[in-house]
Amino acid sequence: MEIGGPDIIKAAAFLGAGIAMGLGAIGPGVGEGFVGGKACEAIGKKPEEAGLLTRTMLVGQAVSESTGIYSLVVALLLLFVV
Amino acid sequence: MLFDIQTTISLAACVGAGLCIGLGAIGAALGEGYTAGLANEALCQNTEQSGDILKNMLVGQAIAESAAIFALVIAVLLLFMDMSSNTYLTAAALAGAGISMGFGAIGSGIGSGFPGGQCCLGISRQPSVASKLTTNMLIGSAVCQTPAIFSMVVALMLMFMDFGNMPLLPAWAALLGAGFSTGLAAIGSGIGGGLAAGESCSGISRNPETLGQITTTMLVGQAVSQTPSIFGLLVSFILMFKTFPETSSIAMAMALLSAGICMGFGGIGPGIGNGLTAQGAVKWVSRNVEAAGELTRTMLVGQAVSQSTAIYAMVISLVLIFVM
Repeated sequence: MEIGGPDIIKAAAFLGAGIAMGLGAIGPGVGEGFVGGKACEAIGKKPEEAGLLTRTMLVGQAVSESTGIYSLVVALLLLFVV
Repeated sequence: MLFDIQTTISLAACVGAGLCIGLGAIGAALGEGYTAGLANEALCQNTEQSGDILKNMLVGQAIAESAAIFALVIAVLLLFMDMSSNTYLTAAALAGAGISMGFGAIGSGIGSGFPGGQCCLGISRQPSVASKLTTNMLIGSAVCQTPAIFSMVVALMLMFMDFGNMPLLPAWAALLGAGFSTGLAAIGSGIGGGLAAGESCSGISRNPETLGQITTTMLVGQAVSQTPSIFGLLVSFILMFKTFPETSSIAMAMALLSAGICMGFGGIGPGIGNGLTAQGAVKWVSRNVEAAGELTRTMLVGQAVSQSTAIYAMVISLVLIFVM
């Protein structure tokens, strides 16, 4: 089987994109879930602060999400730019 | 090619069988160990309930074991089935089947251990609700087993489907990718579902009057935790059933393999994360049942955000399959 130079680079880029997004999704998924769990615990203790706690949860999750978005951006770069 | 078709298929079957039971034994052993550990803790707190606790420990361990038994069955089938075929694709399919079932049994084994152990502790704390606790544990651990069952379905389909008319390039990578997708994605959902189920057993023993709300919240939380493994199953099915045009390009093959790996790894984190959120919600439904509505709402919002990374992974997988 003949494998050309551009073909093997494309192959590596595709494989890299999958690994980047796949592994990159683990951390934010666990982290955001942890934030959600702690927010539920806090609302259970102080239901009257539910609004404030939900807002804080969402801000915290958004920050935790950022690494997932980095992975997404890198995966898209590997797919469409490289 | 290095070897003739039959030798390659036997090689793939042996490697697949080894991966299948080797990886598949990890989860069940950890889960059963956790159950037995908490059962000892429970016995030391309340020796009068030793019979109930022991019975409950064994039932919990038996459910956790089932994931490893699925892996054992697939491994034995891979070793002893007659796999005569005229295409190298069968080799890829058998390796994929072993990978799918091996990784897929890890999460369910670990996850089923949590409710088993917490149920033993719960019986020592509240012997009067022992039967309700056991029922709740059984429901919770049964849901934990679903990702392992998805993996087994994909493994059996890979082993028994007829791939005769597919082009070898790039279909071999699609079949291998199908194994990775369901297998890896099942890890997160199994553990996540177990976290919610374990906390619900603990909650029922603390506050038995809230049993209905606790079980409901647990089931909603577990259902959302299962979604990443369903995404994995979906990508596997697309990879198995879509017909790909024949190509000599290695890039196309790698795109399909990568799609499976991407969705597989991408499902691990959100599955565990959704379980952690459900765990927090279930814990506080048992302590403060008036806030159950608020807690369920917050749980679902939190899980939806945690789910987003699994959706990114699915988008990249689908782009790899359909656009590249």
